[in-house]
Formats: sequence, C-alpha cells, structure tokens
Amino acid sequence: MSRNTEIFVIGGGPAGLSAAIVASQLGARTLLVDDSARLGGQLIKQTHRFFGSSNRDAGIRGITIAEMLCKEVKDASDRLTVLENTAAVGFYANKEAGILSQDAYERVSYQAAIVCTGATENSLTFENNDLPGIYGAGGVQTLMNVHGIKPGRKILMVGSGNIGLIVSYQLLQAGVEVVGLVEGMPTIGGYLVHASKIRRLGVPIYTSHTILKALGETGVEGAVLCRVDERFQPVPNTELMIECDCICLAVGLTPLIDLFQQAQCRMVHVGELGGLVPLHDSAMRTTNPDVFVAGDASGIEEATTAMLGGRIAGARAFESIHGKSPKAEAIVEEAREELRTLRSGSTGERIRWGRERVLKEVGAC
Amino acid sequence: MLKNTGIITSEELKPVLPPQNRLEKGPVAIIECLQDIPCDPCVSACPVKAIQMQSGITDRPQLDFETCTGCGACVPKCPGLAIFIVNMKHNVPGKALLSMSYELLPVPAKDQEVDALDRTGKFVCKAKVARVINPPAYDRTAVVTIEVPADRINDIRSIKV
Ligand SMILES: Cc1cc2nc3c(=O)[nH]c(=O)nc-3n(C[C@H](O)[C@H](O)[C@H](O)COP(=O)(O)OP(=O)(O)OC[C@H]3O[C@@H](n4cnc5c(N)ncnc54)[C@H](O)[C@@H]3O)c2cc1C
Ligand code: SF4
Ligand code: SF4
Repeated sequence: MSRNTEIFVIGGGPAGLSAAIVASQLGARTLLVDDSARLGGQLIKQTHRFFGSSNRDAGIRGITIAEMLCKEVKDASDRLTVLENTAAVGFYANKEAGILSQDAYERVSYQAAIVCTGATENSLTFENNDLPGIYGAGGVQTLMNVHGIKPGRKILMVGSGNIGLIVSYQLLQAGVEVVGLVEGMPTIGGYLVHASKIRRLGVPIYTSHTILKALGETGVEGAVLCRVDERFQPVPNTELMIECDCICLAVGLTPLIDLFQQAQCRMVHVGELGGLVPLHDSAMRTTNPDVFVAGDASGIEEATTAMLGGRIAGARAFESIHGKSPKAEAIVEEAREELRTLRSGSTGERIRWGRERVLKEVGAC
Repeated sequence: MLKNTGIITSEELKPVLPPQNRLEKGPVAIIECLQDIPCDPCVSACPVKAIQMQSGITDRPQLDFETCTGCGACVPKCPGLAIFIVNMKHNVPGKALLSMSYELLPVPAKDQEVDALDRTGKFVCKAKVARVINPPAYDRTAVVTIEVPADRINDIRSIKV
C-alpha cells in the first residue's frame, strides 16, 4: 500500500507534535508517524513540573504538556493523520519514504518532510559496565514512569546534568533510595535548584569523582568511585566503595540522525548541540530542500525550544508547498522571539554558540 | 559552594533573606533560586507582582520584600521547589512557621509530628505540621507548613514523614 500526504512528520515528541499541529492548522494535509505506542516522546516520562517560560507551559508537568498537545492533534484530525507504532525506516529518491508498522510496510509520498526523531542516550566506559542493573536514565524513566516498575532498591546516579538530577528526584518519589550522584566536573552541570532539591532529601553529590568499576558477578552489587583531578585523571588512593543494586547513567544525549544522512542532508559536528546535526537554516530547512528538522534532532536542548522549533518548521514547510502566508509568518515571528529570550543569558550561551555555528556553516554552503 | 555541593552556604543565602524589620511584620517569601536559568513561573504566579526579573526570563528572580504578602501562591508553582515562606510573627513563643512544597508520599496530616531536615537532609529536630494545602489546582504539589524553633528557621529546608 502507499500513502500520499503534503507534509510528512517523523517523530511524535514535542517537536513533531508542534510541527504537525501548525502545518495542519495552516491547511496542509499532514501525516505524523511515531515508533512508540503513545505520542509525546520524552514528555510522557516527565512527571516533574517543567522549568521554562510560563508562556509555554512551564510549571506544568511534562506528561500534562503531552496531553495538551495530543488534544490539539485530535482537534486537527480532519487534516492530520497519526500512525502510532510506526517507524520511518528510510528515504527514497523522489520525495518518498518507507514506514513500517507492526503489520505492514508502506510507502509514503510527500512534498515536505519534517524529521523530529529526538536523541539517543550516551553510555560510559568503565569496568563491568555490561552487568545487569546498569541502565540509561531514559530506560529508568520508562520503567518507572510509564510502566510503574522500580529499576532497583538502591541506585547510584552518574551525571549531574538536569536529567541526572531530575531522574534522581523521580526515583526518590518512587521510593527508591538514591545512594549518591557522581559528577566528573568540579561543579554541578544542571540547574542548582534541582540539585538542592535532592541534596536536602539526603542524596550525597560527589563532584570531581568518577566511577571506576561496577562490582558484582551476576548483577550490580556496588560500585567503586574515585576522585579525579583537573584533567579528569583518577587521583590514587581516593577509591570509595558504594553499595547499590542499580547504576543509572545520565551522561548526555546525541541527536538521532540516521534519517538525515540517508536523505543526503549535509551534517556538521557541533559539540554544544550534542554531536552531529543536520545543517539547517533559520527556517529549520536542511540542505535537502524537502527535509526540515526540529527538536533534539537539530541539537540537544529542551522541550520548550523543541516545540518552538517544531512550530517554525511546520509553518515554513507549509509555505514551501503553498507559498507565502501571513499566518505562517506570524507563527514564525512569535516563535523566534520566544526562542531569542529563552536562549538569552548565561545558561543559553553554549546553545547560542552552537546554533550560530550551524547558521554560519549553512551560509557558507 | 552551592555549585559544587548543591548546598547553599550562609554567605550565598544572605542576599535573599528578608531584612529583620520585614520578618517582624509577618509571613514573607524566601526565594532560594540563585542561578540565571531560563525559568519564570514564579513571576506570573505572584498576584501582587512582588517577583521580578530584570532582564527577562533567563535572569534570577528578585523579590521585593515590602510588596510580598507571604501569601504563598508562588510556592507550588516553582518547578525548582526553591520558594519557602517564613512567618516569624507566630503566636507560640520561640517558634516560627515554615512553608515548603512537598511532592513525596505520604503527604503528612495536620498536627502530625515529622522530622525537620536541613539542606543536606540531616535531622535537625522534630516538628509539628501546622497546615497542609493540597488542592487540585496545585496538581499534586502539597504545601506543608511546619512549626520550627525560630532560631533554626534558616537551616530547616525539608521534612521526613
Ligand atoms: C529527565 C528529563 C527531564 C527533562 N526536563 C525538561 C524540562 O523540565 N523542561 C524542558 O523544557 N525540557 C526537559 N527535558 C527535555 C525534553 O524532554 C526534550 O528536549 C524534548 O522531549 C525533545 O523533543 P523532541 O520532540 O525533539 O524529541 P523526543 O521527545 O525524544 O521525541 C522523539 C520521538 O520520535 C520518535 N522516533 C524516533 N525515531 C523515529 C522513527 N524513525 N520513526 C518514527 N518515530 C521515531 C521517538 O519514539 C519519540 O517519540 C527533559 C528531558 C529528560 C530526559
Ligand atoms: S508569597 Fe505571595 S506575595 Fe510573596 S512573592 Fe509569593 S506569590 Fe508573591
Ligand atoms: S519558578 Fe522557581 S526555579 Fe523558576 S525562576 Fe522562579 S524561583 Fe527559580
């Protein structure tokens, strides 16, 4: 079987949902596919109140934001088709892509594609890092917040970015003991309010420390930590044994980019954005003019910025088919202004550099 | 230092503590949010506009102690759980009231005795729960008020039920 759509959105996280909502509201026939059973991407695991701008749902729990977006998707259902449990598996030439659901493989022919595939989790090398009981933070969140299963009784968290801090807090809420949080840098990576939140519930934060090895034969029974110097080299005789039955790695995300490479989009490596990302202009259009990008796939950031990027991509993809539209322009203007304020200030600095580099390289090609 | 340990030092705390003459007047907020982060729900939560951000959302919140009525509306809206209300004008001698967000289960009941903890989670003293507000509008962030020794008001920041 084959399907035909004007706009083809891949990924149903905050970026993809926002892109599909805008595109369909503007009047484009839109198809959205997501490979999981439930729309919302990362949001469905986020039981905490979001930081961010109160114009864009801050102070509201991530899962509630997902529900709000899903309602907008439903309201647009005359133009917007949604397929869950359906993965986009490849691009063909001539604006065609392949999608795989549980019982069928189909071709989709589209006029513009918006790829919002999000990110994958990074891992860490240390002795015994393949023992059962060692998880990525995303896996822990899925077990705990989507399926209601505790990953362990005593957990050691590695990484003090916002994900490590927030998942630690959610573990405490689920009644799991968090025996410590390890961070190689001398300072905490995530927001200090989130760090203080777990600290005052008794979780020790080991900055300037790393994990040397996991202990145990058939599963995790503990971990050995040690202090590191300014060059991240272990300091001798500072080893410290911690008892735990689970180790959670929250050591960063990398954009999920296979589809862009296949669509022959030019890629660029920008450390500040999490690794290789497709080059794209301020309309979120990649070097393949039929392919747009938004969300973490365009550089690791946040749900708020993912939604705004998605809105820009949705509006510009609509215009790429239907021509200039004042309504689309207004959506883009509004989103740009919000992005500018969100990325201002010192915490937005790294992202700003990264974004500027991408735009500069686009200008050069 | 806060950025190395997650624990606010007394030096770092000073700028956000209300002055003595304001404390004597009754409840007031202490906003322990000391980093420039892109976050602002506290600003729109305040009915009397006592919380401002000078250069927009990425600035840290600035509280006007005189305007703040200590109403507590901002407390459950803060995703950082960084806002506390202190009431030094409490009718029990030597005691003061401290309100904070609480998102663990079980939520304590009024008059229940709980452990009061400091910023590292260490036990400080037993404390009586004076009030619990947990309406649907707070979306499962309860605001718990405990009665604590007045001289420990700046140390106690958490409870264990
Ligand atoms: C613990 C944690 C806490 C966070 N807290 C906050 C916060 O407080 N505030 C904030 O703003 N942000 C927060 N974030 C970040 C935020 O969740 C992400 O930045 C955001 O979800 C990125 O959105 P996205 O749409 O780009 O990707 P995702 O949400 O990752 O969605 C991508 C979707 O695409 C699907 N997909 C991938 N490949 C395919 C394919 N080939 N075919 C079909 N579907 C595919 C995936 O299954 C997924 O559903 C947090 C993240 C984590 C992990
Ligand atoms: S306690 Fe009330 S008046 Fe004071 S800052 Fe918070 S919301 Fe505003
Ligand atoms: S809502 Fe809380 S975390 Fe956000 S800026 Fe205000 S005080 Fe800080």
